[in-house]
Amino acid sequence: MLVPRLAMRNLLGAGLRTWLNVVVLSIAYVTIIWTQGFNIGMYQQISRSQIDAEYGGGQYWNENYDPYDPFALQEAHGVIPSTLQKWVRDRKATPLLITQGTIYPNGRIRTILLKGIDPEQKVLTIPSHFLTGESAMVPALIGNRMAKSTGLRIGDSVTLRWRDRDGTFDARDVEIVQIMRTSVQSIDNNQIWIPLETLQGMTQMEGEATLVVIDQQIGLKEKIEGWSFQSQDVLLKDIRDMMKARTISRGILYVILLFLAMLAIFNTQILSIFRRRKEMGTLMALGLTRAKLILLFTLEGAMHGLLAAIISAVYGIPLLTYFTFKGWPLPQSMDQYGIAIGDKLFPEYSAALIVGTTAVILLVTTVVSYLPSRRIAKLKPTDALRGKMT
Amino acid sequence: MENEFLIQTEDLVKIYPMGDHSLVALDHVNLTFKKGEFAGLVGPSGSGKTTLLNIVGSLDTPTEGSALVLGEKVEHLSHKKSAELRNKHIGFIFQTFNLLPVYTVYENVEFPLLLLHMSPADRQKLVMDALEWVGLADRAKSKPSQLSGGQSQRVAIARAIVKKPEIVLADEPTANLDAENSHHILQTMERLNRTLQTTFVFSTHDQKVIQYLRRKITLLDGKVDKDELIDTKRN
Repeated sequence: MLVPRLAMRNLLGAGLRTWLNVVVLSIAYVTIIWTQGFNIGMYQQISRSQIDAEYGGGQYWNENYDPYDPFALQEAHGVIPSTLQKWVRDRKATPLLITQGTIYPNGRIRTILLKGIDPEQKVLTIPSHFLTGESAMVPALIGNRMAKSTGLRIGDSVTLRWRDRDGTFDARDVEIVQIMRTSVQSIDNNQIWIPLETLQGMTQMEGEATLVVIDQQIGLKEKIEGWSFQSQDVLLKDIRDMMKARTISRGILYVILLFLAMLAIFNTQILSIFRRRKEMGTLMALGLTRAKLILLFTLEGAMHGLLAAIISAVYGIPLLTYFTFKGWPLPQSMDQYGIAIGDKLFPEYSAALIVGTTAVILLVTTVVSYLPSRRIAKLKPTDALRGKMT
Repeated sequence: MENEFLIQTEDLVKIYPMGDHSLVALDHVNLTFKKGEFAGLVGPSGSGKTTLLNIVGSLDTPTEGSALVLGEKVEHLSHKKSAELRNKHIGFIFQTFNLLPVYTVYENVEFPLLLLHMSPADRQKLVMDALEWVGLADRAKSKPSQLSGGQSQRVAIARAIVKKPEIVLADEPTANLDAENSHHILQTMERLNRTLQTTFVFSTHDQKVIQYLRRKITLLDGKVDKDELIDTKRN
């Protein structure tokens, strides 16, 4: 324990030089944890929103369904298999029928996705219960973005045109019964939700669906002929890929931050070893071995990391806790990025993130402290006492 | 120890390579020092005083010959062993005091004892004793920057003798001090030499120091020119 004690004594004795390095390192440290926390929080928030509103515990897709090919929709439907019907009856799964349609809001033509959903379903957080009301017109639910872009409001009616299973065009008026506030754009933009049975009737696809969303609590992965199972993992792949790309770009920022902090420590170490040659000589004359001298100087540098962690804890914990509970308000423009994120972003800080970042900081600090300290191994005590570098 | 000498050099040679040529700092030096000696290496700059002191203090190794210190041949010691020899048995006093600037007087004196892994109670007793000897017990909490040159050198002496070493090597200890402080320092060292029977070896060309020596070894161009016992007034 002698060398760590001496190292701490030397470090604190160095005064302002130490604290400047510690503050720089601490800022880098908190920034890394902070931004990482935002990244994790963003991924969790987007994933949760997507799962709750769209993906559920996974989806069974009709074999012809391709979400990236609207022309395939005409053929992408089939009778709900008996295995899934049981789950649908028990409200553990909900079928969706999707077809293309056209609406004419305020005299303008607009191509939309027409989605049929069971008004009684509990699998997704879509407020489908609004579709149960009695009305002469077909009740329809739209999202806030769709409402904004079309100018439609609750109580408005709009003409809807679609094709049935034989390709015959038909048209009816639908009434907007509710505008849902959602952060998930893939259930909102250019989409109209109507009762499933109504859409099945309109398209002559009774008992059929395009896909069936499974409840999150059910671990159903059974193979069903004509239907392919898309797990949560598969459905979240795009989000994961996007976050991975963000992580790389943020990683570059961390490296730059860390590099700047480490440069300060590296310089301090170099300067320190250069300036303190006489002191090193004295320590050797007093009987400190070279190995211990290297350890002493390495520890002095490495302890910058330790002090930075302590300082970071002092102001970082309250700061990060505040944002964890209050969230970080996001600008309106975030809504245009196409990611399911609300008005606020709630960062998440895991123990692994904090321990991992601390370990990385301590490790890197130790390495940059050790590198210049290695020169001491070549130092001759007589040269050091004369203030010379061997 | 079988050998009656604490220090014994045999045909000690130290050559420094200087580019194309080389500089002979010590040229076949044969010397011995017994316990309790108060001896000085005297001579002009470049005569080899400090080099000899460094080799005896196991801070440096000879090019040829041998330096036997407390039964150990310094030229054969590993880095670790020479550090151990210095830590346990040799005290150093430097011309420029070489106090550790961020430590207090107490901590500076305590340092060699920390390396010896002594208990805190033992350390405290020895440090305070050493500071009493040099008359600086009341400045224990001061930093080196708050001390005068004389006081700093007294702290260095306390640091050198706190572990009660067999040998103290003092390299030009009064070079940075005025006359009054020099005498004070020398009287302190002489008192310690008599009380503790510590062997003091100085390197100096200061007349103030020379008048205190009981043995004067004159070095000239790396060779022993004279080795004489002095009957000082104080003796």
